[in-house]
Amino acid sequence: MSDTTISRAATPKASFSLGRLLLEGRAFFALIAIIAVFSFLSPNYLTVGNFLIMASHVAIYGILAIGMLLVILNGGIDLSVGSILALSGVMAGAMMQGIELQALGIILYPPVWAVVVLTCVLGALVGAVNGVLIAWFKVPAFVATLGVMYVARGVALLLTNGLTYNNLSGSADLGNTGFDWLGFNRLGGVPISVLVLAGIAVLAGLMLSRSAFGRWLYASGGNERAADLSGVPVRRVKITVYTLSGMLSAVAGLVLSSQLTSAGPTAGTTYELTAIAAVVIGGAALTGGRGTVRGTMLGAFVIGFLSDGLVIIGVSSYWQTVFTGAVIVLAVLMNSIQYGSRARKG
Amino acid sequence: MTDIPNAKPDLGEVVLAARNVAKSYGQIHALKGVNFDIHRGQVTTLFGENGAGKSTLMKILSGVIQPTAGQIILDGAAVAFDNSTDARNRGISIIHQELSLAPNLSVRDNIFMGREIMGPGGVDFAEEERQTRKLMEGLEEDIDPLTPVEELRLGQQQIVEIARALSVDSRILIMDEPTSALSATEVEVLFKVIRDLKSKGVSIVYISHHLEEALQITDHAVVLRDGTMTAYAPRAEIDLEWFVRNMVGENYDLGSPPGGYGFGNVALSLRDVTVPDPKGADFNVVDRFSLDVRAGEVVCIYGLMGAGRTELLETVAGRLRASTGEVVLEGLEISHLTIAERIARGLALVPEDRQRDGLVQTMTVGQNLSLASIAAFTKGLFTQKKAEQALIEDSIRKVTVKTSGGGAAIGSLSGGNQQKVVIGKMLATNPRVIMLDEPSRGIDIGAKAEVFKLLAERAKQGLAVIYSTSEVGECLSIAHRIIVMHKGRISAEFDSTVSKEKIMAASGESVAA
Ligand SMILES: Nc1ncnc2c1ncn2[C@@H]1O[C@H](COP(=O)(O)OP(=O)(O)OP(=O)(O)O)[C@@H](O)[C@H]1O
Ligand SMILES: [Mg+2]
Repeated sequence: MSDTTISRAATPKASFSLGRLLLEGRAFFALIAIIAVFSFLSPNYLTVGNFLIMASHVAIYGILAIGMLLVILNGGIDLSVGSILALSGVMAGAMMQGIELQALGIILYPPVWAVVVLTCVLGALVGAVNGVLIAWFKVPAFVATLGVMYVARGVALLLTNGLTYNNLSGSADLGNTGFDWLGFNRLGGVPISVLVLAGIAVLAGLMLSRSAFGRWLYASGGNERAADLSGVPVRRVKITVYTLSGMLSAVAGLVLSSQLTSAGPTAGTTYELTAIAAVVIGGAALTGGRGTVRGTMLGAFVIGFLSDGLVIIGVSSYWQTVFTGAVIVLAVLMNSIQYGSRARKG
Repeated sequence: MTDIPNAKPDLGEVVLAARNVAKSYGQIHALKGVNFDIHRGQVTTLFGENGAGKSTLMKILSGVIQPTAGQIILDGAAVAFDNSTDARNRGISIIHQELSLAPNLSVRDNIFMGREIMGPGGVDFAEEERQTRKLMEGLEEDIDPLTPVEELRLGQQQIVEIARALSVDSRILIMDEPTSALSATEVEVLFKVIRDLKSKGVSIVYISHHLEEALQITDHAVVLRDGTMTAYAPRAEIDLEWFVRNMVGENYDLGSPPGGYGFGNVALSLRDVTVPDPKGADFNVVDRFSLDVRAGEVVCIYGLMGAGRTELLETVAGRLRASTGEVVLEGLEISHLTIAERIARGLALVPEDRQRDGLVQTMTVGQNLSLASIAAFTKGLFTQKKAEQALIEDSIRKVTVKTSGGGAAIGSLSGGNQQKVVIGKMLATNPRVIMLDEPSRGIDIGAKAEVFKLLAERAKQGLAVIYSTSEVGECLSIAHRIIVMHKGRISAEFDSTVSKEKIMAASGESVAA
């Protein structure tokens, strides 16, 4: 506190207004409410086994949502994540089936770790294309990523002729077994995919709250011109967030195809919307500059636990769609109440 | 105290009044029971230091925000305004301190936003355009009604904001620092308009930190301090002595340029810098501009709006590209460096438009203050909380920001305090050369003196300062050398002993008698 503060030592007297608390912790309370209601409706819901299964479903959306959060904090949007997910899955599938080098007349079977690395690099490259289009060529994010969404999906369809790679388990002779490890194995009882999500979330959280890059991101999302004049490399930040989003989509694609032990070109359709929903439910502002990893994780769990719960109690999938939509609208409504109350002044 | 607040001689009918009006934001009491009268056909000036509550009171009187306690009395009857449209419909309009224009819309559309003129086939754009032209003529401003507002300079945007308030034909016009981005000529025109309005019976409230300016038009003055009214006086009783006694408590002498030391080597050297019009028009906003500034020297660049000062400084800072010429910082040609690299080498710019270029509204006061010096408190991968906190507190103290702490939202600061944050942010980078573009916009006299003192101190330690302003007085009290800029070129150069009139004449300004 500065000593120029005139008789106004901000003693935040614990004036806990219940409304305020509910509003700021809304995603958390929504999650608690969802768990409570479904536990009441179905005895199978509140079990460790079910929670872990639901969490492994959330993992896919959660990983996408973290990438989406970075982009949204920057004031952008990434519609291509679902397509990059599919393209990465298909590329991984193709590599598992062997890459035929016709000139040499041999078929290469890269080991799983190489498949994983190459797939992530591919995702990052596609993301970087988004970033370059937006940062250097000034294409609006919505349009650039919409285009890339179509192109990536199209390429995935072309590569596979619309078919799905079904056998991804590799074989011991070729030394490329272990692809299903990501989707099926557990460490200490926890599915690997959930651990991957947790790891990414912790890294992203640290990056946002503690690193210089995080500060740059919040600043350039809040006011790009001011950030630029303060020495923030705004273009680099922009390209980086789209690249990271693409890479995380590839990770999600790997997890998904590993869980399904198959990779199809139509996987992940509309997942970009689910990811956006998770970010918004988590309290981030679509205008940029506001949002946290914690909120986004809560948002992803709200969506995942809600839709799995509806399945468990046997509600039709049509109703699931309605419910999910209602939750999103409600979340945005509360966002505008929260940010609207911080009146702008002059 | 001879000035008893509210013991006012009745000089004309009171049209709008505040009675015991209070406003709190949580723990912060912006207004603590204020009484304030507006008289028919007269100008009332509201003085007060940054954060005193001036804007808050005006927003309450114009329905933008609602008071936590107290009453507003319009024509003798208590009223409550739901919002600013409600107040506008009853004849009260306001020119905001922070511009409230839609940057993507044209001047015309901004002026008629929310009250478009309807014709038989929808909005009557032709009529709106005609009226806009007339308003611009009245303000003697050559602005095309169809230009998007974002293409206008800050001062021109302020003119549009003024025109919008004038277009409503209101009975009560509130002006919250309307002249902060205007140059002397434009202020003259505005005063002419104000006198004209007065003669038509319009009542005006005027907020300014500029005593001499306000004295030209005011009929009454009121001083607000820490949310309470501390003094009232009619024009006849207001003089510098009254002002000093009630406003600041001490006579701030902005003084004369720092002396008693020699200048160092040339810190910044500009050679034939030419900058084409950023909007693509076919002329150069800066035209073969050359200047050397030595370490420890304070150079003031004076000029009218549109002289090319902002473009020049933005080019040196790295935002705009020069088409020809060299920018040399301490012997190193820096034209190819990014803004970040220039800041790291010790070149800092305090931009003119704090809302657009200075502040990140979604971040806190502290995060804004530390934004340009992140590297200074980052070790390895992570930022160091303690080091950052120290830097923030140091800045808050140095530029005297009135805030509840570094964690406060930037939007909770008063306009002048936001300006101090922009200055503090760039000073925190420990520059070797600092360029300030109209830095005194909206800050009170005490703060201005503080900033001048700071600049003088740093100059003695070898900081080179380029200070761009449209207030001659500021040039004379800070600068060793005064450059007058006109149409992108240097039109004259003076030392600090020159007279005001000479400077103004060289800028192409018609000197007011
Ligand atoms: N939305 C808000 N939230 C919290 N505090 C606020 C808010 N708006 C204003 N304040 C506080 O109220 C006080 C008065 O602010 P106000 O803007 O009225 O000052 P001012 O007299 O107009 O100052 P200036 O000369 O700098 O424009 C300040 O201390 C400010 O921090
Ligand atoms: Mg104000």
